[in-house]
Amino acid sequence: MADLSKEELLDMYYDMVLIRRFEEKSEELYQQGKIGGFLHLYIGQEATGVGAIRALRPEDHFFTAYRDHGVAIARGIDIKGLMAEMLGKATGVSKGKGGSMHLASREHNFWGGYAIVGGHLPLATGVALKARYNNEDFGVLCMMGDGATNIGYFHESLNLSAVWNLPVVWLVENNQYGMGTAVERASGVKEIVKKAAAYGMKEGPRADGMDVIATYDAVKEAMEYARKTGPVLMEALTYRFVGHSMGDPERYRTKDEVREYQEGDPIGKFGAALTTKRKAKKDELVALDKKAAEEVEAAVRFAEESPEPVYEDLFRDIYV
Amino acid sequence: MATPAITTATKRMTIREALSQALREELYRDDRVFLMGEEIGVWGGTYAVTRGFFDEFGERRVRDTPIAEMVIAGAAAGAAMAGLRPVAEIMTINFAFLALDAIVNHAAKVHYMFGGQFSCPLVVRTTTGGGRQLGATHSHSPEIIFAHFPGLYVCCPATASDAYGLLKTAIRNDNPVLFVEHSTLYQKRDEVPAENPDYTLPVGKSNIIREGKHVTLVSFSKGVHICLEAAEKLAQEGIEAEIVDLRWLRPLDTDLLIESFKKTNRMVVVEEGHALFGVGAEITAQVTEKAFDWMDAPIKRVTTIDAPLPYARDIEQMALPDASKVIAAVKEIL
Ligand SMILES: Cc1ncc(C[n+]2csc(CCOP(=O)(O)OP(=O)(O)O)c2C)c(N)n1
Ligand SMILES: [Mg+2]
Repeated sequence: MADLSKEELLDMYYDMVLIRRFEEKSEELYQQGKIGGFLHLYIGQEATGVGAIRALRPEDHFFTAYRDHGVAIARGIDIKGLMAEMLGKATGVSKGKGGSMHLASREHNFWGGYAIVGGHLPLATGVALKARYNNEDFGVLCMMGDGATNIGYFHESLNLSAVWNLPVVWLVENNQYGMGTAVERASGVKEIVKKAAAYGMKEGPRADGMDVIATYDAVKEAMEYARKTGPVLMEALTYRFVGHSMGDPERYRTKDEVREYQEGDPIGKFGAALTTKRKAKKDELVALDKKAAEEVEAAVRFAEESPEPVYEDLFRDIYV
Repeated sequence: MATPAITTATKRMTIREALSQALREELYRDDRVFLMGEEIGVWGGTYAVTRGFFDEFGERRVRDTPIAEMVIAGAAAGAAMAGLRPVAEIMTINFAFLALDAIVNHAAKVHYMFGGQFSCPLVVRTTTGGGRQLGATHSHSPEIIFAHFPGLYVCCPATASDAYGLLKTAIRNDNPVLFVEHSTLYQKRDEVPAENPDYTLPVGKSNIIREGKHVTLVSFSKGVHICLEAAEKLAQEGIEAEIVDLRWLRPLDTDLLIESFKKTNRMVVVEEGHALFGVGAEITAQVTEKAFDWMDAPIKRVTTIDAPLPYARDIEQMALPDASKVIAAVKEIL
């Protein structure tokens, strides 16, 4: 926590709570049929997203997969536009064309959530190339799931980023499963960071992704290395408390396993750390919880009152 | 190819159940048959077709893979070349783009390219279609892309009985087959000749699923059900539509199409893909070449509009073909 002010720490706490409330609300709206398609929640992984995104500078860029609400919120994107997108409204960040899996905000250097596993890795490689090409001082954070490290795109992207010394941090959000397949059933290398050796790339840490500060510190250091020297492969060890997407029968893990992780809830843990280290008082945190719930309610109201896209919109933005 | 045995005993089941039973029977019949793909084992299949298989057959026959479409299709092709009978599953056809090289450049070519020394008796099962609010990357209906290439067969069943018979056909055939299921049809039910474990259907033969004399509606997969709905409404107005269920995009049963067209002199082709260079385009060309003298009106196409599919529900539905669009097209040419 050393280099973070009290205000920054409370902001991080607030973001984590805001993500949790946003996700709980989304689940509810999905059950009411207001959100459609696939919905992948970030519940349990908030510390990873907030820690990682907070470690970026404003001029850095980032990519992620379809489990993208949390990082969008952590970057400070107005949740009204995010919620409107989830509801498929014309006022959504992607004008209702993208949905939950395809949030993006150009002005925040958030290049999007991508629903083809691994599909964004080469795109991140390309954005990072621009930094070297124009001698610009920015880095790229490319987040992915553990499952994505087994797809062909991973190999080709990491290799090229190493060959060209690109300023990318490849951050694997290791929540231990890709859908229902445990890491050790899908990857020959059980410790994912070890894959760095195959590319002659710096092997980064396996950060505790349930600890927002540990993730923050690790990503910050990795980004500094990437900007100066070259790519890093690192992990954040985390866990999703809910199913892969809505309607997951969860046959691949036990309720006990989930319960055990829930006991180490990243929000509860961080809140407790803040109070014991006297960075915040209990009632300050309670006030933030309340504020987050209100912000989510306001976003839902905005989204519900927003107009739907119309037929003509189908043909907009196909070509420049 | 065995001619379909005539059975009277049938069982009412869903497409999901029919596929599941066909796979199960083929696994029991032939030890060379095995399944591989993402989430087919412990999870039980994303569309629950292989539910329970992992326990029933074990991990030798039901093989979970990493998320790695290139090697799923490629390794299955290799295993097929080596004499096994893999049924590889690509979770959805959108991800088959990652496997395009393995399917098109390898599975479909090794027999020809090496002068017939190898064969590749591979089935790639996958699921297609839009309309589920999954956005532009997850809503494609690109069957036609695969049907472009000689060396590969492309099968797109529309009913449970066809799904049952055609999947067995695909598994027993010595050529690579892309077997395309529709993600919104798994619950569709009909009578399946399930008492006959050797029920197969010929490769490349289409089916007249409804007879009529005023217009021929041509489709496959979900489009067949759209046509059936349209035909029922048209019948109330005295318009009798004949429906050809293509079943296969390759080989394409041009003979049956021509035969039906010569009877009705009018045709509407319905597909969930885009119009440009699509199934309708090809069929129009063939009918024009082979039955121009029987043509009373231009052939019409009902397709997904010429735009990617959006997430938002209402405009996505507007973008897709439906019965009212088919009826409108029929009325334009009658
Ligand atoms: C190329 C491709 N194959 C399969 C899928 C289906 N799919 C969606 S998410 C997923 C699991 C990904 O797991 P992981 O990378 O660990 O991310 P997590 O969901 O755990 O965040 C799969 C197989 C897909 N979207 N894209
Ligand atoms: Mg995962």
